Amino acid sequence: MLEAIVQGVLLGGYYAVIAAGLSLMLGVVRFINLAHGDLAVLGAYLALAAIAFLGLPVWWAFALVLPVMAGIGWGLQRFLFARTLEGGFLLPLLATFGLGAVLQNGMQGIFGSETRSLANYMGNLSWAGWQLPFGLYVGVLPVLTFAAAVIVLGGLQVMLSFTKIGRAMRATSTDPEAAELQGVDARRVQRVATAIAFMLAGLAGMFLAMRAQVTPYAGPAQLIFAFQAVIIGGIGSLWGTLIGGIALGVAQSLGASISAQWFQLAGHFLFFVVLAIRMSSAGPTRERVLVWFDRIADALRLRTRGERKHAD
Amino acid sequence: MSEPAILSCAGLRKSFGRFQALSAVDISVGRGEALGVVGPNGAGKTTLFAILAGALRPSDGSIAFEGRDVTSMDASQRCRYGIVRTHQIPRPFLGMTVIENVLVAAMNGGGLSGEAAWAAAEAALEQTELAQHAARPTQTLGLLDRKRLELARALAMNPRVLLLDEIGGGLTEAELEGLLELVARLKRSGMTIVWIEHVLHALVASVDRLICMSEGRVIAEGAPAAVMADKAVAQTYLGRGVQ
Repeated sequence: MLEAIVQGVLLGGYYAVIAAGLSLMLGVVRFINLAHGDLAVLGAYLALAAIAFLGLPVWWAFALVLPVMAGIGWGLQRFLFARTLEGGFLLPLLATFGLGAVLQNGMQGIFGSETRSLANYMGNLSWAGWQLPFGLYVGVLPVLTFAAAVIVLGGLQVMLSFTKIGRAMRATSTDPEAAELQGVDARRVQRVATAIAFMLAGLAGMFLAMRAQVTPYAGPAQLIFAFQAVIIGGIGSLWGTLIGGIALGVAQSLGASISAQWFQLAGHFLFFVVLAIRMSSAGPTRERVLVWFDRIADALRLRTRGERKHAD
Repeated sequence: MSEPAILSCAGLRKSFGRFQALSAVDISVGRGEALGVVGPNGAGKTTLFAILAGALRPSDGSIAFEGRDVTSMDASQRCRYGIVRTHQIPRPFLGMTVIENVLVAAMNGGGLSGEAAWAAAEAALEQTELAQHAARPTQTLGLLDRKRLELARALAMNPRVLLLDEIGGGLTEAELEGLLELVARLKRSGMTIVWIEHVLHALVASVDRLICMSEGRVIAEGAPAAVMADKAVAQTYLGRGVQ
């Protein structure tokens, strides 16, 4: 039981990273990227290709994938997504749905359909772990993944709270037209957001391929998990996304300790319960649960300089 | 108008489908001038502002700022050049604090960074009497304070031409007086101001020149008192004499 909870929390770090990218695009660029899961898988395959074809050491391959993913995101936003956004909100959905299909088939064409993993390239990291009291065993890799997730989300939060581009992102997310009238180049801000979201997808994909295996068709399932983490944690809060990812991970690994099928089922079940509470009209139950969520998110939220300065 | 024009538009047209919002509007604003724009609802005043600020593209015609054609520039570029607009209905960035709203303007439109941006934002809040609300989340502000915030964001960009869209509406006399003082102070500092306003006595008292628009055209132009006394203006504006 305790073991399942610990594993679930650590798994939540992965979900938070993949969900943060989805949430960032939803918030700033204002569309749902249905290819987000496939982009994560693309990140994993790019890392595998960099190792196999370029002969790069594994950590160098990882470092290479992130800027490449950012570049792909920037270019797609510039030449594809921005144009489809002008045609209403359905067009980008269809465009990313198509992009997902292209990615899946393209990866199968190039890499074949067998499962691949980055675990083989990482020495003992994929199975090393620590034996803790109470018979608890935690792997080094899940702990590293979780730590990386917290650092990445913390970095994003700092960027959004304190930097020029971060404030411009929040402004664009509220009202792109009004942001333009404050001198914000909203289209550039959206390109930056997409580039970051693609990097997060690539990072998540590499985490996935380190921890388990990927196939060219693994993307849609990851998209669903990302969605669930976003919805459970609440849209628009990065720490909420982390909480959502952890809740999903814990539900899944508690489910898996009942039986293998319950891994996904428990996650879906939690998702539906939270969705039902969030969708229900304001009532005492909803209030109590949501207030609790908000309190946690608020406790973790950083205070901006203006708030600190004038808080007294 | 002896000063050379800082902002001018020629042959400006805008149609939405079959509706002609603007038809052949020529306006020229002198450096340091305060120009008032009046006219009944639907006259095309707000459309004119949207086109001058770059939020809307004209169907035809051109806009020049400081002698260069800015017709193809988008709104964010024009802000950075110094053409800044406030909205009739405030559009604050909810979810950000008051000072952060102003910081976005100072950093992007104003091109400032670090301490200079904070100083400009704080000065803009000071000028608009919002300083004590700096740390408040914007969604807790009332309408009046949201109007002030709209103006504060504009001032933080250190505009050369300030387009004010009905900032006086809904204010009490005392509040209006404060606003008029602020506009007069900005004008003395050399800022060029174009001001759409329905509170006529406020406008007539503070502008150098007045334009009256009706059905997408300029129907009268000149000294404020002369324009308000114009028969055509009196007829179209309220259907009766205005004094």
